[in-house]
Amino acid sequence: MSVIVVLIGFSILVAVGFLIAFLWAVRSGQYDDDVSPSVRILFDNDEEENADKSVQNQPKV
Amino acid sequence: MTECIHCGLDCGKNPVMFDDKPFCCEGCSMVYQILHEKKMNRYYTMMPTPGIRLDQDNTAGTRYAFLDQTEVRSQLLEFSDGGISRVNLFIPGIHCSSCIWLLENLNTLHTGVIHSHVNFVRKEVTITFRDSEISLRQLVELLHTIHYIPELSHSTKKKDEHQHTNRKMLMKIGIAGFAFGNIMLLSFPDYLPGGEHVDQLMAGTFGIVSFILALPVVTYCSSDFFLSAYKSLRKKIINIDLPISLGILALFLESSWEIFNGYGPGYMDSLAGLLFFMLIGRWYQGKTYESLSFDRDYRSYFPIAVTRIKEGIEDFVQLKDIEKGDVILVRNGELIPSDAILLEGEGSIDYSFVTGESFPVSKKTGDFVFAGGRQTGAALLLKVEKAVEQSYLTRLWNEEKVGESEKAGMQSVVNKVSHYFTIIILTLATGALIYWSFFDFGKAVYVFASILIVACPCALALTIPFTFGNVMRVFGRNGFYIRNTEVIEALTHTDTVVFDKTGTITHARSMNISWEGNPLSETEKQWTRSLARNSTHPLSVMIGEWLPESKVIIADDFREIAGLGITGVVDGNTIMIGSRRFITGNDEEVASSLSTVYLSINHTIKGFFTLENRYREGLTEVVKGFEHYNIHLISGDNDAERSNLRDIIGSDESLHFNQGPADKLSYIRNLKSQGKRVIMIGDGLNDAGALLSADVGITIADDVYHFSPACDAILQSSQFGRLHEFIKFSRSAMKIVYSGYTISFLYNIVGLTFAVQGLLSPVVAAIIMPLSSITIVSFSTFSVRILAGLKKLRA
Repeated sequence: MSVIVVLIGFSILVAVGFLIAFLWAVRSGQYDDDVSPSVRILFDNDEEENADKSVQNQPKV
Repeated sequence: MTECIHCGLDCGKNPVMFDDKPFCCEGCSMVYQILHEKKMNRYYTMMPTPGIRLDQDNTAGTRYAFLDQTEVRSQLLEFSDGGISRVNLFIPGIHCSSCIWLLENLNTLHTGVIHSHVNFVRKEVTITFRDSEISLRQLVELLHTIHYIPELSHSTKKKDEHQHTNRKMLMKIGIAGFAFGNIMLLSFPDYLPGGEHVDQLMAGTFGIVSFILALPVVTYCSSDFFLSAYKSLRKKIINIDLPISLGILALFLESSWEIFNGYGPGYMDSLAGLLFFMLIGRWYQGKTYESLSFDRDYRSYFPIAVTRIKEGIEDFVQLKDIEKGDVILVRNGELIPSDAILLEGEGSIDYSFVTGESFPVSKKTGDFVFAGGRQTGAALLLKVEKAVEQSYLTRLWNEEKVGESEKAGMQSVVNKVSHYFTIIILTLATGALIYWSFFDFGKAVYVFASILIVACPCALALTIPFTFGNVMRVFGRNGFYIRNTEVIEALTHTDTVVFDKTGTITHARSMNISWEGNPLSETEKQWTRSLARNSTHPLSVMIGEWLPESKVIIADDFREIAGLGITGVVDGNTIMIGSRRFITGNDEEVASSLSTVYLSINHTIKGFFTLENRYREGLTEVVKGFEHYNIHLISGDNDAERSNLRDIIGSDESLHFNQGPADKLSYIRNLKSQGKRVIMIGDGLNDAGALLSADVGITIADDVYHFSPACDAILQSSQFGRLHEFIKFSRSAMKIVYSGYTISFLYNIVGLTFAVQGLLSPVVAAIIMPLSSITIVSFSTFSVRILAGLKKLRA
């Protein structure tokens, strides 16, 4: 039964990983604007002059 | 009706055509041409008619020349290094997905732009660009040419702060949610029958892990509650955060004691759950309109720099560096930054944003000019009489600072309730402690803690955020934007309403026009209209719009005489439009509620146009809707409209005319000293003092993102007729809050019956506490929505 203790340790470790990912996302500003990303994803990138844009599309904060 | 491809407005009978597409004006067609050239037509296919129309003279000219100044540049730029700069601009015009697309593809319009990123919620665009290819000024001018005009002002710092607190809040919610979920899993055995038979080692481990998980919740996530409780205690007020803090502490200490003494798992799951729900409530309540600004001070209206002429050389100086005696140049459309004397040029100064009065005031050489007006017409040379800080307008504002403190100190319902609540709970807990200590001291302490735990007024604390948060959203969807949720409660306590006249109950830019005199023939109308179209004076514009649509004939020898009228030759006929004095030579003042504009053709007086203030649609309904209120009206105008207004408002004593800004302020203060709770409804800066000192100050605005004095709420002018409905809705919302309180008290009574008997177990706590929170959240949310549906507000 005591194996459960070890398993719980691991599961919490995994959960902490996700928590850290969330905190990172908040800190890097991904939750500042909840409208434009939903619109932006619908923009086509087929035009050639826009091809290099996709690389730079990440916000720099 | 033909719709303009760019902005969607009516093009009239003679649209501007380009590429076989109709446009309402040259400006719109210009933007289309620019985008068409760069193959950016997708702007128009993504959303129909996404463009912005510019009404005034819209050439950038030298308007942005000050951006070339190093000092101004460094103030605006976020970052500049190695030839690459980044700037963050507030563009109120951003409104749809096409806007986002266009602004994020600025690099197609100009190769100097490296990258641009829109924050839609805050209506901001962050642009990174190469200094060698495009300067900040050129960049702003580029935005101007496509009609996305950035608002350049001094106060951009405050927004960052808001963003920071929002992020912090989200992090706290994340941590609390994480702890809540995991502790609940660890507590699961206790929820099931036979949970007490769990292996000792495991129960101990689970307890310790729960304790570790709960630590950040108590220390980090609840810090705001402790801080607020402490602050209010120092002011000798009991607010809702005090019983919450007591509950949190009791929960944590009791649970830790149980865990470390091996008595059981404690209530860590309830603790984390409560914090999680309460933080969500706070976050929801705090999500206000980030792109609207409710606390503008005069500086946000003023330009960053002005043109100064020193020894014949023009240069730009920052506003704060202007001194008495400086000679400054103010161009068409620019704001006069300080009180000054007119040296050269014909002033036609639009004080609409100071006084709400829509007609420009004419000024001659040697006249004294107050700050805050906007010059319409040719450039002016002014000699500064007072530094910006000492100008009339600025001082007006500083006086209003006093007003701010007047608003504080209003006891909110939740504070009153929590005051009694805390006292009752503490008495009950102490009573139980004394009672039980006769039998079993250990149990007595346990009961004491249990009572504090169960009584934690979380459901109580959630009622207001969710009810008012939802009300705020309903209001926002209907064009009524409030500063924060406290305004709703303040609205329900009001009993007096004070209206400003010009621009508030009357339309700012449109009037009822009629013609008196010899009937005009069609050609005469065409001539008059052709001449009137040459001037940007509001009266000319309105007459031009009122006359029937016809082909515009180019006027020769057009002259505009400031303060008098316009003259020109159309088809060989001399047309003069202007004041009575200008046309008839008669200088007598006629006291009348109407503005009159005389017309003469070939030196024969044809008659005059009368222009009458148009009251906003729904004014009578609004006045009727305020039936239980004392209604007052204070206007800066003369009392020419007294009889009209008496019919609408009903009483003569409450009409006040010729009131300056300071009079308005003291009028409101006087009402308040009589114990009245006052709503002030105004629009211009002359109402600013009154708006601030009233219990609720509401600004009426045609465009909510532009020019509104500091206030508690902004009402879109098209929604004016529903004002009373909003206030009624607030009252109903207050009833929802009281019902929510009743529900949470019922839960508390159930919980307390367990607690006083010493029967509170983690299972009971785990059921009652989250359940009550969830009940309250859903009750508040749904009842507001249903109510909005009943009142026919868009939910």
